Amino acid sequence: MATDTTSNETVNRTARYLRKAWQGISVPLVAVLLGLIIGALLLLVSGAQPLSAYGALFEGAFGTPAAIQRTLEKATPLIFAGLAVAFAFKAGLFNIGAQGQLLIGAVVAAYVGFSIQGLPAIIHAPLALLIGGLAGALYGFIPGALKTYTGAHEVITTIMLNYVAINITDYLADGPWKDMTPGNIVARTPKIFPSAVLPSLGNIPTGFILALLAAVVAWWILYRTTLGYEIRTVGLNSSAAQYAGIRVAKIVILSMMISGFLAGMGGAVETQGINGRFQPGFNTGIGFDGITIALLGKTNPFGVIPAALLLGAMRAGSSKMQFSAGVAPEITDVITAVILFFVAADIIVKTLIRQRGTDDDKVTLSTGWSGH
Amino acid sequence: MELTAVPRKISTNWFIKNRWLVLIFIIIIGSIAYAYAVNGRVTTAVLASTLRQSTPLVLGALCGLICERSGVINIGIEGQMLMGAFLAFMANVYLGNLWVALAIGILAGALMGLLLAFMSVTLKMDQIIGGTVINILAIGLTGYFYISGLTTQGKFQPFALGPLAEIPLIGPVFFKNPPITYMAIVIVFVLHYVLFYTRWGLRTRAVGEHPSAADTVGINVYKMRYINVTIGGMLAGLAGAFLTLEGVGTFERGMTNGRGFLALAIMIFGKWTPLGAWGAAFLFGFTYAIQTQLQFMGVNLPPQFIGSLPYILTILVLAGFVGRSRPPAAEGKPYEKEGG
Repeated sequence: MATDTTSNETVNRTARYLRKAWQGISVPLVAVLLGLIIGALLLLVSGAQPLSAYGALFEGAFGTPAAIQRTLEKATPLIFAGLAVAFAFKAGLFNIGAQGQLLIGAVVAAYVGFSIQGLPAIIHAPLALLIGGLAGALYGFIPGALKTYTGAHEVITTIMLNYVAINITDYLADGPWKDMTPGNIVARTPKIFPSAVLPSLGNIPTGFILALLAAVVAWWILYRTTLGYEIRTVGLNSSAAQYAGIRVAKIVILSMMISGFLAGMGGAVETQGINGRFQPGFNTGIGFDGITIALLGKTNPFGVIPAALLLGAMRAGSSKMQFSAGVAPEITDVITAVILFFVAADIIVKTLIRQRGTDDDKVTLSTGWSGH
Repeated sequence: MELTAVPRKISTNWFIKNRWLVLIFIIIIGSIAYAYAVNGRVTTAVLASTLRQSTPLVLGALCGLICERSGVINIGIEGQMLMGAFLAFMANVYLGNLWVALAIGILAGALMGLLLAFMSVTLKMDQIIGGTVINILAIGLTGYFYISGLTTQGKFQPFALGPLAEIPLIGPVFFKNPPITYMAIVIVFVLHYVLFYTRWGLRTRAVGEHPSAADTVGINVYKMRYINVTIGGMLAGLAGAFLTLEGVGTFERGMTNGRGFLALAIMIFGKWTPLGAWGAAFLFGFTYAIQTQLQFMGVNLPPQFIGSLPYILTILVLAGFVGRSRPPAAEGKPYEKEGG
């Protein structure tokens, strides 16, 4: 008898778990489907062949091991940027500055990579990563401190700092840190030493694994530590947090720094894993991609990963689609927008698949610019 | 007993209350006058360029402002501008009439505004997500349908406003412009008046600050938000049309280049008031204008330092002078009618 109830309970629990899991992924799945359908309609209207376009897109993203590697490579900085934005969101901060933090991280990692010679790879590569991340954290510190001590809004300051970062990195790559090899006329840093390069494990870039680790760490900080609890409390209601004895100023600055660290590390990974040097003009829209991904992933670090993979796959496959089906790559942006729309307007999707609404996974971000 | 509260004497003198503003204003006027005395031609050129640079920014900021005053955050200004710019350009290419193209640009913005209103008011979607949807959608649609190599018949040309254009300095700067620049100036003042001195403005602000109270006295919150957000979209569309019909004269992929986000910053900088936004946009336009001028004069600084100037200046001014600004209280929150 006793075993019977236990197994019954186990069955019940499994069923409950499965139902919950289905509730979690059904909306995004249906949203992706609707995104593809609406994209197909647009393709049809403009006289293209949806099936051959999507076929080429899929092939370009997953068709060969090299394609998969390209997808993972494209997804890697997106994961970092998405994590950076999502982390700040949890503290009620809107970090539009992931792009700037990423650029600073990328250029500083390049500097560590090309200026120090003779270190073993086991030290050199992590050192460059770490310093790149710290540079991003420092760049994230500025808007955090400005918000805390002067009240300057982080949306403005991070946007401004993005432009400043573009100028700083341009200056460095065209001035003091310029590649002086004879014959080079473009603005770029020298190549980093092989000891600073992040290798690929087969077809899996090391950077991608680091991105997954970063997601785990971000989740762990947010949901398993006191600091994370304080961050989320400040994010939900900063006056209540203050009242409860949480030092809001410290949390705001720290959250921005962690967010900046994640973005900076993304930049370092891009330098050390993909480009091998810093060259201005790469990843120009990455900060805004980060916002999209954080929102698609419902600001959960683990939600960020599939969202970034989806965008990365579309980016990786779109050149193939353009080449063999003659479809402009921007169609993937339209699809992304539709997906984001249906993920956020989950009430439509839930009515569509007749799922009784549970509101516990609803994201609320826009509690106003002041964040409380 | 000394328990009766003594009402604190509040200075009603506007000039004393806004002494910093007045001081800054006097300094600016003084420096302009000095610069004009030293080199009239360059000063005029810089100020005229300032006004042109600031036009799309102030229009974008007004878009954000009118949305937020009614309680809807609009981070989709960038996308609304881009759609306006694109459709205005296409209309100019295929219809060859600048005024029709202008109308179509505004209409495109209005539709994007309507989309934001639908998402945030009817669907009660998160407004940050709604704005982001608009931004990506606009990049996607304009990029997908854009064909390179299209040419137009031309763009709006400046015309002088009669004798006003003959006033030294002020004349060439303010009264010798193409039409959208004039429109932007008029809209700033009209919107300021409407927002703070009319019943409509009072209702808009009430809906943005305390929607349930507004509802209680019979204001239709949904309707107010719909209309305001749509008007906001029209302003963003106008800003986009400025780029393709008056400023640049042609379309490029992603040509708004962050202006929508800059507009957002300007809106906050101007403390959610049209006149404030105008001033903030001027500051930006000025730093752009001076940038080209400095490079022209051969100032020996890396161009990237001069290029960073507008942004660093904004941060400094924001940190030093403006400080905390308070957004409308109810913005970002979808309004749920009680018992409905």
